[in-house]
Formats: sequence, structure tokens, C-alpha cells
Amino acid sequence: MVINVTNFSRSGLYDWMAQRVSAVVLAVYFVFLLGYLVVHPNLDYTQWEALFSGSAMQIFSLLALVAMGAHAWVGMWAISTDYLTPMTLGKCATGVRFLFQAGCGIAMFTFFVWGVQILWGI
Amino acid sequence: MKKAVKSQRPVNLDLRTIKLPITAYTSILHRISGVILFVGIAVLLFALDTSLSSEEGFEQVKAYLTSPLVKLIVWGLLSALLYHLVAGVRHLVMDTGHGETLQGGILGSKIVFIVSAVLILLTGVWVW
Repeated sequence: MVINVTNFSRSGLYDWMAQRVSAVVLAVYFVFLLGYLVVHPNLDYTQWEALFSGSAMQIFSLLALVAMGAHAWVGMWAISTDYLTPMTLGKCATGVRFLFQAGCGIAMFTFFVWGVQILWGI
Repeated sequence: MKKAVKSQRPVNLDLRTIKLPITAYTSILHRISGVILFVGIAVLLFALDTSLSSEEGFEQVKAYLTSPLVKLIVWGLLSALLYHLVAGVRHLVMDTGHGETLQGGILGSKIVFIVSAVLILLTGVWVW
């Protein structure tokens, strides 16, 4: 029976690094976006559309999407391996955890594709 | 190397029976806010998609944002984002070797709670 727990990159250090790098990208992206919304209280569609149709913002947004995928994966993996364990779930823990992680992976991939469609649609 | 403790000592890792220190609450809230954000991505992508689709879509999102329920959801999501961000910065600081002692950890937790509480209150004022 399989009881080993693996992670995505097969290296804890690499996961840790991916978590940090993606965190910094996301922090800069969301602080910029929130700052933009705060200083533009009367934002209209033309401005909003112009912001997201610029090449720099498209690259920045795509980078944030990739970072979000990596960041959420490492986070949800850490949570599921900590709480969905034989101690809390008994014998079926490995199966439940696998399905949960698969669900998270599919959700992240869907978010990524959706995000790309939004950016490409402008 | 001689082990400091016997390996057969009973180990209790059951969180439900452990009294949690303040640093544990910082940590568990970081995790809870992360899960909320994971689910919230769908809401944010929906808003981004609709607002960028057309002039009407943009106005529609603006109209949604006048509803108290939507304001509450947005405030909740932004609160999770801000807390996660502040607690995340603490992790980056700790990665550089600062605040890793017991006292440093407790102080860091208190700073995270105070800074994020202020930001969350300001965001509440901004959303309403």
C-alpha cells in the first residue's frame, strides 16, 4: 500500500523557493492593483480597459497568474498533507488527500486558463 | 551524536488537545486566509472577466458593488488578502534570520495582528 507523501517538485527546498518567489510577485501585483484602485476612485471602462491592454500589464498579469498557480499549489499541498492524515481520517487518508490535491490542481489549472482567456480577450 | 531524548517518548501532535500560543494563531490564520483566497480567485476572476468584457459589463460590476452583501464579500476577500500578505512578509523577514527566537516570534505575531487589523479597518472604510 502506498503511504509515502510526495510533493510536486520532489524537493522541499525547491517548493520553499517557489513559494517565496511567487509570493513576492503576487504581493507586488496586488499592492499595485489595490493602489491603482485607491487612486482612481472614479474609474471608468476606458481607463480600466487601457490598463489591462498594455503589454507591460499583460505580462505582469500573466506572471501573477503563473505565480498564483505555483503559490496555491504549494500552500494547498502543505495544508492537505498536514490535516488530511491517518490521524484525522484513518485508513482512507491517502485516497482522500490524493483526490483533494487532484481537485486543487484542476481548480488551479482552470483558473489559469480562465485568466489567460480574459487577458487574451481584451 | 547522543540523542537528547529517548525516541520512545510519547508524542502528542493532536492540535485539538494542545493549548495554542499566539504564534500558532498567526500561523493557522495564514492558512485559513490562504484557503479563502484560493476559493476567492473564482470571484475575482469573474469580476475581472465581466468588468473587462464591455462597457455594460464594467457598469454591471459597479452596480454589484453597491449591494451590501457584495461589499461584505469583497471586504472579506480583501481582509484575507491583507492578512495573508502581512503574515507572508513576516515569513520573508524570518527567512533572513530575524525574529526566529521565542520572543521574536511572539513580537512578530503581535505586529502582524496589529498591522493587518489597521489595514483591514481602513479597507472597510474604503469599501463602504
